[in-house]
Amino acid sequence: MTKDMMPNFALFQPTTVDDAISLLSKYEEKSWKLSGGQDSYDWFKDRAKKPEVIIDLNDIDELKGITEFENEIVIGASTTLSELEGNRIINDNFSLLSDAASRVASPQIRNAASIGGNLCQDARCWYYRAGLDCYRAGGNTCYADTPEGMNREHCLFGASRCVAVSPSDCAAAIVALDATIVITGPGGEREVKAEDFFIGPDINIERMTVVEQDEILTSIKLSKKWAGAEFYFEKVADRNTWDFALVNVACAKIIEDNIFKDLRIVLGGVSCVPMRLNACEDIARESPKDDETISLASSIASRGATPLNYNHFKIPLMENLVKRALRT
Amino acid sequence: MLDDLKNIKNHRFNRRKFIKNVIASGAVISSGGYMLSGCSDNSAPISGSVERLIVLKVNGKDRPVDVMQNETLAMTLRYKLGLTGTKLACDRGECGACTVLLSGTPHNSCSTLTHSVRNRDITTIEGLEQEDGTLHPVQQAMIDELGPQCGFCTPGQIMSGVALLNKNPKPTREEARQALSGNLCRCGAYDHYLNSIMRASRIS
Repeated sequence: MTKDMMPNFALFQPTTVDDAISLLSKYEEKSWKLSGGQDSYDWFKDRAKKPEVIIDLNDIDELKGITEFENEIVIGASTTLSELEGNRIINDNFSLLSDAASRVASPQIRNAASIGGNLCQDARCWYYRAGLDCYRAGGNTCYADTPEGMNREHCLFGASRCVAVSPSDCAAAIVALDATIVITGPGGEREVKAEDFFIGPDINIERMTVVEQDEILTSIKLSKKWAGAEFYFEKVADRNTWDFALVNVACAKIIEDNIFKDLRIVLGGVSCVPMRLNACEDIARESPKDDETISLASSIASRGATPLNYNHFKIPLMENLVKRALRT
Repeated sequence: MLDDLKNIKNHRFNRRKFIKNVIASGAVISSGGYMLSGCSDNSAPISGSVERLIVLKVNGKDRPVDVMQNETLAMTLRYKLGLTGTKLACDRGECGACTVLLSGTPHNSCSTLTHSVRNRDITTIEGLEQEDGTLHPVQQAMIDELGPQCGFCTPGQIMSGVALLNKNPKPTREEARQALSGNLCRCGAYDHYLNSIMRASRIS
């Protein structure tokens, strides 16, 4: 079968961010940004998306590397997940992110996939991936949210026509670490808080992030406020390798004298964006780290959930993950 | 009655003929030449996009090759350079059969654009044995431990194992398990593969 070949496209390999952006501006909707490609190639091979011009960002040195500054750590968008996993600066300061990166897909994929690509990856709903004309693909129906639809992996919160979830493991960690995302476009750089970086279908159903067509995610800044805090990351998936999270939890805590001084809890796989549990945090903040606080906080984690036919199991799962994240 | 028999006979003949045709067309489709010619880019390339004639560093040798812009490394290795030891199975980065080493780290060659690895050292299963034919310790250990069953996923398993031992010559069994976690084996010979890697780590 000819499944091995992707449809024809023209490949550009710019060496600077400016060149890449001018190519994106020139070819507009026909163009596609390629980093690690582990998400992109599936789209091309399945003929579900057929861009005519591919802009390969791997030759751009500005996007590589991890740099430590006095108040922050800057991660280039092309940094691979394996590099994050083994990087000393990240391990010493933000082991939450290296834990999350180490749980993504398989070793081979982590060697190729970049952190920028991981954050910008598209929804993993298989109806959408199969190239069906669902809402997200510009159609007028959702195949997952039907009585027969297979929606075991789909969302509990934030559905708006589309019920896909945020699939990324690193996204939950990045939001828990209160990172800032740097996006470069024709008009220069802009910075977006990680929480505002991901957008749900109610804002734009055809995209998962605020990155515009002619913009590039260039780096991720981690403020040292959370450096060396207590971290907890756990991913629950069907298989330990390859599979996307059914639910994952990323938690950063600052505990003094057994009191939660400050904390951030973020869940992936339950909503179309990494979901920060503000109510749980408010209950735990300034409260002692004991069973009462933890069971109260975890019991309200799933408040407001609207499960589909096959994903009720995510409700006790997310409550228990929150409990573990706070207790550990 | 006679008519019925005739009908059955005709039916059988038709079915046989049908199956023959399917087999014939299958043979054409599965040939590598067809795959490549069917997708070749006949239109003029957009100016500024990459040149098709490139030199790849494969197993320590410079290999000049004409690579299409949309070609994956697995296709180049198998159908342009004749290095068919690298297997193509899922073509989606979900099985690891096509694993090769890029600058020493394992990658799925089905999910790598050939043009993006022009400057990298590519090592395939063919590049592991020495000039005199001595097998790499991991290859030898696979034989000694009867690691593979059907053998289709073995080149990928070996490449993941080699990458592990280059980085960590004395891994624990758990570390080896993690390193090989990106390679599926439908025979389920995982423990045999692990035995082989552990043996290789002892002898090398």
